[in-house]
Amino acid sequence: MTIQVSTLPEARDAGVQARADRATYLANLLDLRSGLTGLGLPDGAVASLQAIREAAAVRVQELAIPSTREEEWRFTDLSPLLQVSFANINSQATLVAASDIASLPLPEAADSRLVFVNGSYAPHLSSVSGLSSDVFVGSLADAFQQPALQMRITNYLAKQPGGHEVFTSLNTASLTDGAVVWIPRGLVVEQPIQLLFISVGSATPTFNQPRCLVVAEASSRFTLVESYTSLGDGVYFTNPVTEVWLEGNAQVNHTRVQQDSTAAFHIGKTAVSVERNAHYTCQDIQFGASLARHNLEVFQVGEQTEIVLNGLTLLEGTQVGDTHSTIAYSKPYGASRQIHKCIVDDRAHAVFNGKIFVPKAAQLTDAGQLSKNLLLSPKARVDTKPQLEIVADNVKCSHGATVSQLENDEVFYLQSRGIDETNARKLLVYAFAYEVIQEIPVDSLRQQLAALVRSHQC
Amino acid sequence: MISKNSEVILSVKDLTAEVEGVQILKGMNLEIKAGEIHAIMGPNGSGKSTFSKVLAGHPDYTVTGGEVRFRGQNLLDMEPEDRAKVGVFLAFQYPIEIPGVSNLDFLRVAYNSKRKYQGLEELDAFDFDELVQQKLDVVKMDPAFLSRSVNEGFSGGEKKRNEILQMALLEPYLAILDETDSGLDIDALKIVANGVNHLTTPDNAILMITHYQRLLDYVVPDFVHVMANGRILTSGGKELALELEARGYDWVLEEEVVAAR
Repeated sequence: MTIQVSTLPEARDAGVQARADRATYLANLLDLRSGLTGLGLPDGAVASLQAIREAAAVRVQELAIPSTREEEWRFTDLSPLLQVSFANINSQATLVAASDIASLPLPEAADSRLVFVNGSYAPHLSSVSGLSSDVFVGSLADAFQQPALQMRITNYLAKQPGGHEVFTSLNTASLTDGAVVWIPRGLVVEQPIQLLFISVGSATPTFNQPRCLVVAEASSRFTLVESYTSLGDGVYFTNPVTEVWLEGNAQVNHTRVQQDSTAAFHIGKTAVSVERNAHYTCQDIQFGASLARHNLEVFQVGEQTEIVLNGLTLLEGTQVGDTHSTIAYSKPYGASRQIHKCIVDDRAHAVFNGKIFVPKAAQLTDAGQLSKNLLLSPKARVDTKPQLEIVADNVKCSHGATVSQLENDEVFYLQSRGIDETNARKLLVYAFAYEVIQEIPVDSLRQQLAALVRSHQC
Repeated sequence: MISKNSEVILSVKDLTAEVEGVQILKGMNLEIKAGEIHAIMGPNGSGKSTFSKVLAGHPDYTVTGGEVRFRGQNLLDMEPEDRAKVGVFLAFQYPIEIPGVSNLDFLRVAYNSKRKYQGLEELDAFDFDELVQQKLDVVKMDPAFLSRSVNEGFSGGEKKRNEILQMALLEPYLAILDETDSGLDIDALKIVANGVNHLTTPDNAILMITHYQRLLDYVVPDFVHVMANGRILTSGGKELALELEARGYDWVLEEEVVAAR
């Protein structure tokens, strides 16, 4: 029996070859992973990590770097990534001194922060002395040394849904160390906890894959700031994965700030599971990288949850910034509010894809989503796509998307009060971003980001 | 406050202007001297609001002919922000909301941009706060408004009062009030009108653009002009406004048609 293929043989061969190249590229990235020996891990931990890694590695070997033919990557072309060969540079953490990163840690988290350099834990830059001893905030290797945590970590690590996706699998297959934030039952931590990931540029393009595991036990409450930034202007590729677990009645306020170098590639995943009565709030700030993608996936696994997602993307030059969010409901009485704003200047390109799944079981869901976009230049581009799939019949779901420019009437109002056009435009851009900026719960970070938006030349 | 020897603040001669290729102003002539209060009335679409925006320099309107001199200077050559700095103030019919920018900061930036232009030292936050507290009384404004975002969540009346507060701070030579009475209840109208009256001096002038006579009961004009089809058809004293209120605009338009024959 023969199968008729309508594609011309040459074209088909070209497609097959391209896919093979993208698979080889991915395999090369997997080859950059380091081994588990020499980390001082207990044998049990090595065995569990090894099992997690190999299961993911098997998947990676069957996958390829996605092309724009795949629906999930339709608007974001990864070809520029494929032009660059990366090396894995480990153990550079000690080369960075506290004075090099003086402005990066938040003053509010001076003694409640972990710092990672090129994905490796940097104990000399970290301090958690301000936190209660009931809390564990430290590296994955240190967490495995805690008898109380050792077993429980493996119940959560790499267990979020959606882990089969290619870049998440690559991160999991390469898992060696990472950050662990473990807040025990009923504890309220007032001081914000910062996880600071610094990539250091070098002459050779480098590749790093940070990993975070955040567990909020029942009725705990805390504020988390996850920051991605760089020293130097070398090319690098960072592929972080963060898993957040909210047990019943827990409250987590999570701000993720991506300010990578504009020479960098950033493909990140945040996966969050929200149990009964828990409240998850996220400020997703995306300013950096030449090509950035953030997959923000929130899984509702208990009733009466509250989910708030505030997003702000600011792009200029030829930056590409893509946010794919998912809120997957599975139980009744859930509520979510999502607002995502993009400010796009020059020839930059922003993408927002917001999925909300409401299956039959999730009756009485109340979900609202709003995508607002401001284009500052005729060449700027935004692709925005709300994607609501609703099966339950007794729900309240709304969505909306707007794309606008600065209105002459608005600029003129400020000019008529003596403010020149440039400053008038700056003020209006800031006013557009403010709705999201104001939600950031840490004063110094909020002010820093507000100043950054306010200084944007447009 | 009318005096023959007063300085001419605004002189408009044969002004024509268009928006998106459609001619709106078709030969405006108007002279305003210091100390005078003028009102331009007219039916919808007569070009009243366009005239106010052209004077303030709105970029959507293109001046196609004529001239506008402001205290001797060619106003049409100036950017909108420079017109503000030399003393033209437009109180907007629909003031813009600016989230995240406190009213106090906004007022200070506006005030200091004018000070800077005049070669005066800018006021710091403390000195400015003192100044603004004095001006709040002009429009009976609650000081709490200063810490709120500019116009965000303000009622119609509060927005208009905020416009007059800006006028009080900027002390313009010419204040143009574009439909400032629209959307105001009688109490708010009185507060706004009292504010305007409080700010009139022998050195400045006021130009009110309004559809209704109501505002003119409280801010009494020296001159009333009726505008239609992009120009002033007839002018008179305050009694003209009352006649318009009683008879409508049609008789003015009809007289115009008769005269044209």
